[in-house]
Amino acid sequence: MSLNIIVLAKQVPDTRNVGKDAMKEDGTINRAALPAIFNPEDLNALEQALQIKETHPDTTITILTMGPPRAAEIIREAVYRGADTGIVLTDRAFAGADTLATSYALSAAIRKIGNYDLIIAGRQAIDGDTAQVAPQVAEKLNLPQITYAEKIEKVENGKATVTRRLESGVETLECPLPLVITVNGSAADCRPRNARRIQKYKYAVTPSEQAQLSPEMAALVEARPYLQLKEWSAEFVDADPEQIGLKGSPTKVKGIVNVVFQAKESKRLEGNDQAALEDLIKELIENHTIG
Amino acid sequence: MANFYNDNPDLRHHLTHPLMRKIVELKERNYTDAEKYDYAPLNFEDAMDSYEKVLEIAGEISGEIVAPNAESVDHEGPHVVDGHVVYAQGTQVNLDALVKAGLMGISLPRRYNGLNFSSVPYIMAADMVSRADAGFVNIWGLQDCAETIYEFADEDQKQRYLPRVCAGETMAMDLTEPDAGSDLQAVMLKATYNEADGTWRLNGVKRFITNGDGHIALVLARSEEGTHDGRGLSMFIYDRNDGGVTVRRIENKMGIKGSPTCELVFKNAKAELCGSRKMGLIKYVMALMNGARLGIAAQSVGVSEAAYREALAYANDRKQFGKAIIEFPAVAEMIAIMKAKLDASRSILYETTRFVDMYKTYEDIAKERSLTPEERAEMKKYKGYADAFTPVAKGMGSEFCNQNAYDCVQVHGGSGFMKDYACERIYRDARITSIYEGTTQLQVVAAINHVVKGTYLAKIEEYAAETYAEGLSELKDKLAAMTELYKQAIALVGEVNDTEYKDFHARRLVEMAGHIIMGYLLLGDATRNDSFTRSANVYLNYAEAEVAKNFKFISESNLDKMKMYKA
Repeated sequence: MSLNIIVLAKQVPDTRNVGKDAMKEDGTINRAALPAIFNPEDLNALEQALQIKETHPDTTITILTMGPPRAAEIIREAVYRGADTGIVLTDRAFAGADTLATSYALSAAIRKIGNYDLIIAGRQAIDGDTAQVAPQVAEKLNLPQITYAEKIEKVENGKATVTRRLESGVETLECPLPLVITVNGSAADCRPRNARRIQKYKYAVTPSEQAQLSPEMAALVEARPYLQLKEWSAEFVDADPEQIGLKGSPTKVKGIVNVVFQAKESKRLEGNDQAALEDLIKELIENHTIG
Repeated sequence: MANFYNDNPDLRHHLTHPLMRKIVELKERNYTDAEKYDYAPLNFEDAMDSYEKVLEIAGEISGEIVAPNAESVDHEGPHVVDGHVVYAQGTQVNLDALVKAGLMGISLPRRYNGLNFSSVPYIMAADMVSRADAGFVNIWGLQDCAETIYEFADEDQKQRYLPRVCAGETMAMDLTEPDAGSDLQAVMLKATYNEADGTWRLNGVKRFITNGDGHIALVLARSEEGTHDGRGLSMFIYDRNDGGVTVRRIENKMGIKGSPTCELVFKNAKAELCGSRKMGLIKYVMALMNGARLGIAAQSVGVSEAAYREALAYANDRKQFGKAIIEFPAVAEMIAIMKAKLDASRSILYETTRFVDMYKTYEDIAKERSLTPEERAEMKKYKGYADAFTPVAKGMGSEFCNQNAYDCVQVHGGSGFMKDYACERIYRDARITSIYEGTTQLQVVAAINHVVKGTYLAKIEEYAAETYAEGLSELKDKLAAMTELYKQAIALVGEVNDTEYKDFHARRLVEMAGHIIMGYLLLGDATRNDSFTRSANVYLNYAEAEVAKNFKFISESNLDKMKMYKA
């Protein structure tokens, strides 16, 4: 069975390793101080796609990412791990998009791809933490969706069986294809980059990157079609200019507050013996920190 | 986000040694594979870039997967179920990650699905994996046995076995038996040729076999009935899919507990002959052991690195008498000498690896076309260096590794004696490095011939003739004086003209040579990269005193004094 899987991925600033200079004085993110990485839960999503490909070797995995041209880097990262190819959805007109405009742009690109059985995405990105984009994509494409997935158990006979992690436990669902699945960070870690694939695909580039190459390297890319990543514009995916970027984003940032944690109304417990420890435990239970 | 390649610039320093251009050119046959394989390099820069990218993968897996699993693997260990090995859970996770990353068959040719890498990046990956978990590196590193199949098996066997190794199947080398440890001539496992079905059958017991339940094993067995020495032994390939071998037990060891050390029972196990009959020990095991010794040298360096880093971190963190203990001269000296020994042993490890790369690649090219007289001479030269340097890299490297592990525990004080810190595992893991694949004493036996033949001295004189950074001239003078003492010591021992007397002083002489060689190598490192200047100085202070000590012992020794040491 040959399946077409689209994995939605995002390049994000690494907010997990935040140093002192992560925020500028005006309260905005200092992107220069934070390395751009593959959104962690999108890697979990990619791993699920790769596991399906192991069972169904004819499967094609396409990475779709919206962002600046440098987001091509995460497509290469995905290809090194086993994805087949990728598309960077990039256009100045997309800038400033909130989740509504982003999901609109992505769904337009997915329509352009056309042929798909599964759309898999990470639950949420570590920069925005909304978990809204993939569910909105499902709505716009009029597809069923399974969120918080931990494992895609199997895909056969036009149906996917998926186990999802909920606060109260796990549930296993069956759903007809095509559908959208969002994957939790508790799912299997993504496999490492592969030594042979990194050698094969390290020169894979988008057209705008190819334009920066030396003539010899550009010729190499020309001669090897698998090195050619796609770069799509708003116009190419037939996106309505009113629904993308800032224009298409009803979410407006009113202000940003730099929250500094302070020890207000703190209580100090002295002592280093058993009794002091018990006092501390009691205190923590009383204010519901533990228990 | 630990990456054991990116956090250690010393590795890149050794990877970018000037001799690499020649090695990679030979290994890639002037980059002709690029037409046939989409992952083959286009030129030298491309090849080096690939080496680095692949080492970053190995560094990431080492730092993020293997190292965090090391403690649980040490506690859980492997166990036997129905005559077969089940690895500790963490071991299996480590192995799966490395297999998925395609880090198996690293140095095998592309036509068998290998990466065709030079030995330098392969050994570097072993260095990092070993830093993460010295026990695990054994299981992964046994892919080295595939080299022996590549060198000596027939084409049909290569076609059948090598792609399996590249796809992730593990290997074992089944050599030792209860009564045949260091003395492999005593191997008794019986190989019988069955005329009826044209197969070989193996019967007997093997002991102390690392990863004994690996998918593909090289087995040393007695094929010539009635013989009692090495000339009656042949090498066989055993495929676990054929069955016939069961694991009777796994040894309960002091260290490297994640690595299953097996006792194997062969019951009419089907096997196939590898290479020619009777050449098992004489030729193939010798080749296998040289590769394995280099592997242990890499393991030693990796463990040394782990020990150094643990000690450094603790010494910076631990405060006593109102300051970090690294501020006390006694601790600072320990840490500095640990780094110097680490740098010295790593330097000789990669120097040796480059020598191995050079001659082995020439040997491989010789299978395709005849070598020019110049190429043949180069091959011979590098083979000589490799043979001479391997026992020093393994012997002294493993001793330094043990010393560093000891000092690491010492820096930790009482806490180091507890199970709470990694240093106690490192200390236990380090201990085997100076024992297996030939004890330090046996490395000396291999090396002493090169003291006598003058291989070391000739190489030392080559090093002395090289140009080093101006600021290092004092160290160079020191090395010249040490070389003088070494020459005199050889002469003093030679004058007595007694084999036992030579053996008595062999370790002292070999160590003198080793110290001088590593001293020069650090001078070269410091010339290329100033960050090694401190280690060059610290190491030479230490090595100068060691050489003087050995010289004094030898110069005051005689046959009568030697008798005091006799049993």
